Amino acid sequence: MTTPAIEEVRAEEGVFEPVARSQWQLFRRRFFRHRGAIISMVVLILLAILCFGAGFIAPYANNQQDLLLGPVSPNAHHWLGTDELGRDQLTRLLYAGQLSLKIGFAVAIISTIVGTMIGAVAGYFGRAADQLLMRLTDLFLLVPAIAILALALEKFGHTDTVIILFLSLLFWMYVARIVRGDVLQLKEKEFIEAARASGASWLRIVVRHIIPNIIGPIMVNVTLGVATAIITESTLSFLGFGVQPPQTSWGNMLSDAEGYVGTSKSYLLYAPGIMILITVLCVNFIGDGLRDAFDPQSEKH
Amino acid sequence: MSDTPLADLTPITAPDVAPLPAGEPLLSVRDLSVSFQTDDGLVKAVDSATFDIMPNQTMGIVGESGSGKTVTSMAILGLLPKSARITGDIVFRGQSLRDLSEKELETVRGKRIAMIFQDALAALNPVHRIGRQIGEAIKVHDDSASKDELRRRAIELLDIVGIPNPTDRVDQYPHEYSGGMRQRAMIAMSIANDPELLIADEPTTALDVTIQAQVLEVIERIQDRTRSAIMLITHDLGVVAGVADRVTVMYAGRQVEVGDVDQIFYEPRHAYTAGLLASLPRLDRRADKHERLHRISGQPPSLIKLPPGCAFGPRCPFADGVCHTERPELVVVGPDHRSACFHADRVADGWRDQ
Repeated sequence: MTTPAIEEVRAEEGVFEPVARSQWQLFRRRFFRHRGAIISMVVLILLAILCFGAGFIAPYANNQQDLLLGPVSPNAHHWLGTDELGRDQLTRLLYAGQLSLKIGFAVAIISTIVGTMIGAVAGYFGRAADQLLMRLTDLFLLVPAIAILALALEKFGHTDTVIILFLSLLFWMYVARIVRGDVLQLKEKEFIEAARASGASWLRIVVRHIIPNIIGPIMVNVTLGVATAIITESTLSFLGFGVQPPQTSWGNMLSDAEGYVGTSKSYLLYAPGIMILITVLCVNFIGDGLRDAFDPQSEKH
Repeated sequence: MSDTPLADLTPITAPDVAPLPAGEPLLSVRDLSVSFQTDDGLVKAVDSATFDIMPNQTMGIVGESGSGKTVTSMAILGLLPKSARITGDIVFRGQSLRDLSEKELETVRGKRIAMIFQDALAALNPVHRIGRQIGEAIKVHDDSASKDELRRRAIELLDIVGIPNPTDRVDQYPHEYSGGMRQRAMIAMSIANDPELLIADEPTTALDVTIQAQVLEVIERIQDRTRSAIMLITHDLGVVAGVADRVTVMYAGRQVEVGDVDQIFYEPRHAYTAGLLASLPRLDRRADKHERLHRISGQPPSLIKLPPGCAFGPRCPFADGVCHTERPELVVVGPDHRSACFHADRVADGWRDQ
């Protein structure tokens, strides 16, 4: 952000020289120009701090009930009201956020790593490997995700680890396809041939030369994965297949509040719903900013 | 930049390599043929190439586009696509490279035989700093070097190839280098492991003439230091005349003439070589201003359907009956000088009369 100032100073001195900028500097400059992405990043980080600092921040203890109180509307003691067990909604919301965010980011990262490896191998080797892996990808795309997830969770338990693993298992295909396409294009480049001529093995070429060149689309995909994972987890929890009480996620809270639709207690729906909305929006904006930042053509003069 | 003196070069010898017995070629290509199956038919990209490269020798491979120069070099490194059909043998230090597995070939590539590519910008990875790429070339074969050590060696190599301010330049990206500097950086990468054979595929073609001269000078000085042999692929006869010890001339995938550089330039024994030489502008001959440069009439043939007999026959001023029916083989026409021409003597006579 200080670079334009330096340029101006040099121009005044009459010794204008273009400042050499590294890929990373250019990246940062383009990303920080994207206001939506910056605001989203701040909001998301704030959200994460609030949720994971819930132990210190939350006004009440996790799952502390007040059965005599029952559901009350938002007031000075309970900013977001309480549910039918008298649990403070704000406290629950923060603790639920821990799980939702954890699942969102873990699934996005795991599925991206798996998808990148599969896509890179398929694209780099082509032929039989490509056919096999891409048909496998198609197969996974055909799987009715929610139904399979519901069954798997019934069988293996409703813990967050199981949810993360199975969600990852059903989300790697999109990354794999994107990575495969990019690798197909990239492997014809002369610098890949030069790397082969220097004696690099295929693994080295993929890890050191190809992946750094497609880190842009991969990172964008991580952000999209976060949003999709949070929404899918919410769907599962809403349907009752997700995390089970006393653990809570935002989807789970929505599910609990289901019976209050259209009643005076519908505020119980809004809080978790808005949290999901905010998180997904933020993540998408960040993805947008990343896409622009990684694409050198987006530089506007 | 052009005034930057090249670093002082002291000859080194790779310690782990036994010297070759005298008279033993470093690389020996025997009857190498490469063909590709396409929808239109079989393309014979290289047809029975046979030549030797001695240690510390510079072999120039000359020919126009599509004459099989690059395919030959790719075949040596085992970098041709799987669809290529290869016959013949490539022997490096007595070991057939064609017998080696992919894993074994990886230990040869970049270490014993390195390559310099034509388009340095395309051949350098755009997302890595130059220093890291040079370090990577070393690390591929020697994982023990530390980060600092790799950086120090990268700076040293950049200094050797005449990059000014190597300590600053080492941290820059390829797009921050000029064309000539990129080519130097490529050369620095290729000599990082002190290879015994350096294959330079049109190393100067993408550069302007002054930079060409500098890059060639770097290559020659590198050779003095590493004692490596060079296989210099080019279509520029001027480059060959300046740098090469021996020359192989290729036409339509076939080797038409091979000999010492002086033999090729002063006593060409193949009509194609003679035609190429005649097409060079000459400063030593007064020409009236309307005189045009000599040209070889016609077009190179399709590699799918070569004419019967000599591939150059249809364009050759010397051609007669036998040239259109029988294929000329490479035959000895002088000491260490072979030509695939039925009329080698007439070509020689014609050249002398000029």
